[in-house]
Amino acid sequence: MLLNQFLFLGAFLFAAGVYGVLARRNAVLVLMSIELILNAVNINLVAFGAFRNTVVGQVFALFVIAIAAAEVGVGLAIVLLIYRNRRSIDLSEVDVMRG
Amino acid sequence: MVAQNIFFGITAFVMAVGAVRVVTTKNVVHGALWLMVVLAGVAANFVLLASEFAAIVQVLVYIGAIVVLFLFGIMLTRAPIGREANLDNSQRIPSLLVGLLVFGLLASVLAKQWGRVHVHPGPVQRTADVANSIFTQYVVPFEAVSVVLLAALVGAVVIARRD
Repeated sequence: MLLNQFLFLGAFLFAAGVYGVLARRNAVLVLMSIELILNAVNINLVAFGAFRNTVVGQVFALFVIAIAAAEVGVGLAIVLLIYRNRRSIDLSEVDVMRG
Repeated sequence: MVAQNIFFGITAFVMAVGAVRVVTTKNVVHGALWLMVVLAGVAANFVLLASEFAAIVQVLVYIGAIVVLFLFGIMLTRAPIGREANLDNSQRIPSLLVGLLVFGLLASVLAKQWGRVHVHPGPVQRTADVANSIFTQYVVPFEAVSVVLLAALVGAVVIARRD
């Protein structure tokens, strides 16, 4: 197997996630796109770990998974708070701090 | 090697379709379910790379917990379950441009640097070795992640609590 096939897959997931973060209005869908980005990173870490024949790639992927779980928890709590205050999770309407 | 390449091709195709569907679907619940397909594909790729523990954790934490959390979020914010017309904002074309640019840049750099380098996953990386690595060399980051998880848990409760 080529190393590049995994890296290209990761790059594609990353690009799709970037598009989703920029183009989506629904806050939950934006969080899902962020998960795509984090998974792209995980594929890269594990692929390089297998390439160098070490478990360190796996260890770092596990750290990323733990951070992603924390991020989703806090993110969804914030989304719920926005929904409770504004009755909508449309990110285009959350512009109080716009200059 | 041929069998692994075929398996990779199938999972990569399914994951690519799933990722595109996650960011383009008109139905929020379908988005969460397509995300599940992508996450399962990532776990399959971990197995292909002889990293079984990461694959199991991926299934347990991502598919088992995070997707369910997303579904809860969708239900609690009362998104319409059916199709919805205005899930995208007005920046779709610039966003598409940025996404293609990011992919093109990454792909060109990767192709230049790792052109025809092969990866030969050895025997399956043992979970005991992963544990050894976490609890000796990386014990400080591990404890830091534990504290981060606790802080995130408490923070989520505090933020979402009704006063």
